[in-house]
Amino acid sequence: MSNQQVDRSKRRFLIAATTAVGGVAGVAVMVPFVMSMLPSERAKAAGAPVDVDISKLESGMLLAVAWQGKPVWVVNRTKEMLARLPKNDSFLLDPKSEQPQQPEYCKNEWRSIKPEFLVVVGICTHLGCSPTFRKEVGAADLGADWPGGWLCPCHGSKYDLAARVFKDVPAPLNMDIPPYKFVNDNLILVGDDSKGA
Amino acid sequence: MSTMQKFVGWIDERFPLTANWKTHLSEYYAPKNFNFWYFFGSLALLVLVMQIVTGIFLTMNYKPDAALAFMSVEYIMRDVDWGWLIRYMHSTGASMFFVVVYLHMFRGLMYGSYRKPRELIWVFGMFLYLALMAEAFMGYLLPWGQMSYWGAQVIISLFGAIPVIGNDLSLWIRGDFVVSDATLNRFFAFHVIALPLVLVGLVAAHIIALHEVGSNNPDGIEIKKHKDPVTHIPLDGIPFHPYYTVKDIMGVVVFLMIFSAIVFFAPTFGGWFIEANNFIPANPLKTPPHIEPVWYFTPFYAILRAVPDKFLGVVAMGASVVIMFFLPWLDRSKVKSIRYRGTLYKSFLTVFVISFIALGYLGTQGVTVLTTNLARGFSVIYFAFFLLMPWYTKIDKTKPEPERVTG
Repeated sequence: MSNQQVDRSKRRFLIAATTAVGGVAGVAVMVPFVMSMLPSERAKAAGAPVDVDISKLESGMLLAVAWQGKPVWVVNRTKEMLARLPKNDSFLLDPKSEQPQQPEYCKNEWRSIKPEFLVVVGICTHLGCSPTFRKEVGAADLGADWPGGWLCPCHGSKYDLAARVFKDVPAPLNMDIPPYKFVNDNLILVGDDSKGA
Repeated sequence: MSTMQKFVGWIDERFPLTANWKTHLSEYYAPKNFNFWYFFGSLALLVLVMQIVTGIFLTMNYKPDAALAFMSVEYIMRDVDWGWLIRYMHSTGASMFFVVVYLHMFRGLMYGSYRKPRELIWVFGMFLYLALMAEAFMGYLLPWGQMSYWGAQVIISLFGAIPVIGNDLSLWIRGDFVVSDATLNRFFAFHVIALPLVLVGLVAAHIIALHEVGSNNPDGIEIKKHKDPVTHIPLDGIPFHPYYTVKDIMGVVVFLMIFSAIVFFAPTFGGWFIEANNFIPANPLKTPPHIEPVWYFTPFYAILRAVPDKFLGVVAMGASVVIMFFLPWLDRSKVKSIRYRGTLYKSFLTVFVISFIALGYLGTQGVTVLTTNLARGFSVIYFAFFLLMPWYTKIDKTKPEPERVTG
């Protein structure tokens, strides 16, 4: 043994091979741990659709429900509110709803199926706060030209009554419109827009 | 030889007990001219120990479950014997940790303690600061109050601003589509075991690096340049123990007086240490009308809000912390200590401190045109302090450093 020459290149090869194989195994073992932090099957299943009864929702009022743990608002907009929407266009970042923040059937002036009923996920597209409903036109703290809408308490993002975001605020997108459908005139199903049945 | 000496001898043959005691305490020679600003390192260590001990006792009654968490904290406060004291020590300790750490970092800025050969002490210290921010943030979710919930919602959404992977990343951090039980449970795991281990490890690295190169001092000169020719002990050095252990105990006594006064008379500190909204259980459907982080995060939060773009805002906030890592290489001054620097550096440092405090204040205020514009101005000054440093420290007129410490 002692008089044998050390084969350095073989030693380097063995060190490199052991390191590489061990490294791959190490990374492979990390995968299950990292994956365990993704939403569990139970969390994914909790996203079932919810019914919203709008028969008692008066004109001009907002109703909040939870869907996938998120706040979803249904707003019964008045005629005046709807009439004011087109006048906001010049203040808005995406007045025509070009960004994919709504299903195709809501890509219109009101961002809704029926003009008066707005259904929207009440989460600010900036950092996930839930904006405050500020429907009063020309509110003192928001300026005389405030057309009514939402103000995010966290970072001051503003949205109009079609949940479209204003220019020059931190939020980059209009608020998200979830898939939904009218089961009948008084019942909305949020989270499901499939036809039939 | 006494029994005690024999016992220590027995240990020393198996474990370097006496050798370590000498290296780090009785024969660690620190400059003799430490002043008030040198209390905060040992105080940070004290607070860390206090947080670990109170934290262990809190976990005995706390339940990391979205349905039970809020009530279990109230249970600790009302029904557990002395639970209120342990909980208020822990919540006050969190804020006082940042008070002490910010003063400790300011000391480094004043006396150039981050300069060669102490770059790594500063870098380890910055990693400690990052880990401490993560620890505090995750701990703040645990009481499951309104501010816990919405604070976590906002901070996790910050990761969503990263292009391409952002949304999946924040989903992975939360473990759910919104902040939920899954998030609370994992934050508990990180808060009570993962991050404390990281903190303790980094503290060890911070101190080992410090004891390798030796402490800086208010004059910013190296005491190792003048050693006793026979003993090789620095002429301006005194053994850490007993000289600085005694001095630090004095600091501990004063600190604990202030600490106890807060715990007993103003544990919420007027809403600065525990926010009023956090006495309301978390409600995922309703954001409180005014949301703000705890005071120690508000300077960075103000920088985030000052930028009118989601992604760039997050970048600016991240950069405002990361830029501090590079301080040792941004400073080109011939001298280390503020005592021998010129007017230019002193002015920049003063304006920087004012900006940092102003940003901290603005971060607690609602968003108006005025506060946004002020925050933008102060953010520019904040970054200018770092980015212009290579220039103004180089052209600044400095005074000559003394050969020996001046006391």
